[in-house]
Amino acid sequence: MRRFARLFDALDRTTSTAAKRDAMARYFDEAPAADAAWAAYVLGGGKLKRTASSTELRLALAAETGYADWLIDDCYEQVGDLAETVALMLPEGDEGDADVPLHVWMEARLPSLSRLDGAGRIELLREWWRALPRDQVFLANKLLTGALRVGVSHRLLVQAVAQWSNLPTDLIAHRMSGDWRPGATAFTALAAPERADEHAGERPYPFFLASPLEALPDTLGEVGDWLAEWKWDGIRAQVMRRGDGVLVWSRGEERLDGRFPEIEQAAAALPPGCVLDGEVLAWTANEDHPQLFAALQKRIGKLKPGPKLLADAPVRLMAYDLLEQGGEDLRERPLAERRQRLAALVDGHAPTLMLSPSIDAVDWPGLTAVRGESRTRRTEGLMLKRLDSPYRVGRKRGDWWKWKVDPYTLDAVLIYAQPGHGRRSGLFTDYTFGVWDGDTLVPVAKAYSGLDDKEIDRLDRWIRAHTRERFGPVRSVEAVHVFELAFEAIQVSGRHKSGVAVRFPRILRWRTDKAIHDADTLDALRRLASG
Amino acid sequence: MDGDLLHPRPEGLYCPAGDFFIDPMQPVARAVVTHAHGDHARSGSALYHVADAGLGLMRERLGAGSVLHAHAYGERFVLGDTTVSLHPSGHVLGAAQVRIEGCGKVAVVSGDYKRDPDPTCAPFEPVPCDIFGTESTFGLPIYRWPPMSQVIDELVGWLDDCRTRGVPAVLFCYALGKAQRVLAELVRREPDRVVHLHGAMVRLVEAYREAGVTLSPTVPVSDSAKGRDFAGELIMAPPSAAGSPWMRRFAKASTGFASGWMQVRGARRRRGYDRGFVVSDHADWPGLLQSVTDSQARRVYVTHGDGEALIRHLRDHGVDARPLRSLGTMPDLRTSEEGD
Ligand SMILES: [Zn+2]
Ligand SMILES: [Zn+2]
Repeated sequence: MRRFARLFDALDRTTSTAAKRDAMARYFDEAPAADAAWAAYVLGGGKLKRTASSTELRLALAAETGYADWLIDDCYEQVGDLAETVALMLPEGDEGDADVPLHVWMEARLPSLSRLDGAGRIELLREWWRALPRDQVFLANKLLTGALRVGVSHRLLVQAVAQWSNLPTDLIAHRMSGDWRPGATAFTALAAPERADEHAGERPYPFFLASPLEALPDTLGEVGDWLAEWKWDGIRAQVMRRGDGVLVWSRGEERLDGRFPEIEQAAAALPPGCVLDGEVLAWTANEDHPQLFAALQKRIGKLKPGPKLLADAPVRLMAYDLLEQGGEDLRERPLAERRQRLAALVDGHAPTLMLSPSIDAVDWPGLTAVRGESRTRRTEGLMLKRLDSPYRVGRKRGDWWKWKVDPYTLDAVLIYAQPGHGRRSGLFTDYTFGVWDGDTLVPVAKAYSGLDDKEIDRLDRWIRAHTRERFGPVRSVEAVHVFELAFEAIQVSGRHKSGVAVRFPRILRWRTDKAIHDADTLDALRRLASG
Repeated sequence: MDGDLLHPRPEGLYCPAGDFFIDPMQPVARAVVTHAHGDHARSGSALYHVADAGLGLMRERLGAGSVLHAHAYGERFVLGDTTVSLHPSGHVLGAAQVRIEGCGKVAVVSGDYKRDPDPTCAPFEPVPCDIFGTESTFGLPIYRWPPMSQVIDELVGWLDDCRTRGVPAVLFCYALGKAQRVLAELVRREPDRVVHLHGAMVRLVEAYREAGVTLSPTVPVSDSAKGRDFAGELIMAPPSAAGSPWMRRFAKASTGFASGWMQVRGARRRRGYDRGFVVSDHADWPGLLQSVTDSQARRVYVTHGDGEALIRHLRDHGVDARPLRSLGTMPDLRTSEEGD
């Protein structure tokens, strides 16, 4: 793991994506394929099984160092990361010459831990730590707890593999998409020359992503040059009609096959060799708006949905683009033409396959007025797409804009805080906010983002000085500070103590001008949720 | 009663028996100042007792008009009903612990200190006492300093890397103590390397040279012509220069920060420097515990940093440890601008 530790260090110490890509490509060149495969898997965000709990790490650390639990807690609070806390508190281990390769850790060591009972697990952890230098203790702990993050996106990893193999990024993205499993053969195969039939395989086209519109829409020029559609609140997906079958890919390039049989059936009736881009929505027949996102969520989690779920939350594809037809890649053609072809293609397949309707307006004020209806139509606002634009790759500004409606807001009181992770580890940056239910504050939202560094520092100091109680890493604080939160939607929820669930809450500003009795009430939120 | 030798007051830590303040935060009649860092040496007092090893730095900090009484390390002098002496604390050039003998006992106030070797100043001297006042800037067991040789290896590796990539290397560190320590270590490895200095460091570096400390050759950045390419060269600057217009000449630079706080990954990433180097002028956790043991004190007072964990840990291990502020009213916590 020594070589992987060096790579991790190199990745950790730079914010330059080019430097990260080079470091990974170099590593893939030098490392044995069996190790490189695991590195690629782990760095690309591949899921790891958690083989040890944080409680076990704490127990082993206390046993190994003799430090009191409270002191371990204090250190953890300062560091904000348990794997690192352990590495910093342990005496430096003696590695000797015995470097255990990464693939041996992943394929033999970690599984061997799973086979042991409680006491044996603690013993083995301690034994491993004693033979590792500090950086490897940290990494081993990260792998054990299944949570290694180092600012490498899947996309960047793909670029690094492409650079190493000297092959196009799209090809590598395809080869690594879906359920790519790490192994020496699988890794070597990534660099194999492209096969002629590979293009028509299962690979989705890279998604084109819209940018948020921050300026006024009239800065975009003539309204007639633009296609306006609703911005649907569902799951972005590519539905591919290939060969004899249908594949469904999420925007995160995960296969959704089997989850939406209605859509697969409808798409199977399309002529082979076509690829649709659109939004999967839960939508009851004869309704004029989709169901809430929560209904769709039940469907995402269910691989083979039963008849009741299918009846309760039927799904449809609101298609808005056509990327391939008759086996031909259409992405360079103008949107207007792609949309025309799409309309003809899905004609007769409604409601399961539908063309996302265009919204016509003679001028920007007219469109702005229609946008005002977004909420009642259960959409997030409008999409604006230039009619002569190609289908680009990734987030490229200029041709596709999302013009969201203003969020809901509420004033809430800070009641709990907990140290953050990553760049903000060691600082109290994860906040829980409450609103009034009679004379008690009930938690309604958790938010992480929205304050600047100065405010975070100030609030962190205040939290440390005004802690009321500690529950592990979480502190309850005196009710003093009011924050304005924004959120996208609110719905009634049986799973939340407050009875409501807010979607995408974030901090808009610290309302130092407000006192806690100015905060909102739960009653008001409930009315909003049921209305 | 420990309060007859040490009694915190709003102006700073006071010694009633000797009628003097240690590192006062406001002007007083008689001050003993442990070292020249801004949070310890403040101008305006009528009279200062300082260690002669740090006289030049003190003049720099307190102003040429200040009245300074310089004492050799270990020299005893009488203040009120006490006998006082200054002993090396190993923190920066001329830094001292204050030993106070009076009322039938001995108190030692450590000031800032470290136990790691440092070519720029005399090493920490353990001074046996009844009452030991210790700092605790890094009072958690996660802070254990790597050997300086290892840190310099990393630093040199970084410089080599910058040279290969053809970019300047800008190392941020505090202008008094840290900068000179790095220069004194670096000159042993790369005697010919010329280091470029931010203006705020120039006089302090000169003061160290005048005190006989061997440092890398340096030139002020301001001596270089406009548009000079600093590719592969080392530039040193105080942290306040980061993000300032001064940095514009080093647009493509790789940046590093030398500080004890760099021990923690989150702190490293939060500050946004490319590289963190763990170099501290304060004692690490083992250093703090060692010094408490070495002092043989029956009671330990903790200051500088919140100290909570150190106090509790010492008490768990049978040491009578307390916060210094329990003896009186401590002023606001010192801003530890240079406390790293
Ligand atoms: Zn100092
Ligand atoms: Zn200090």
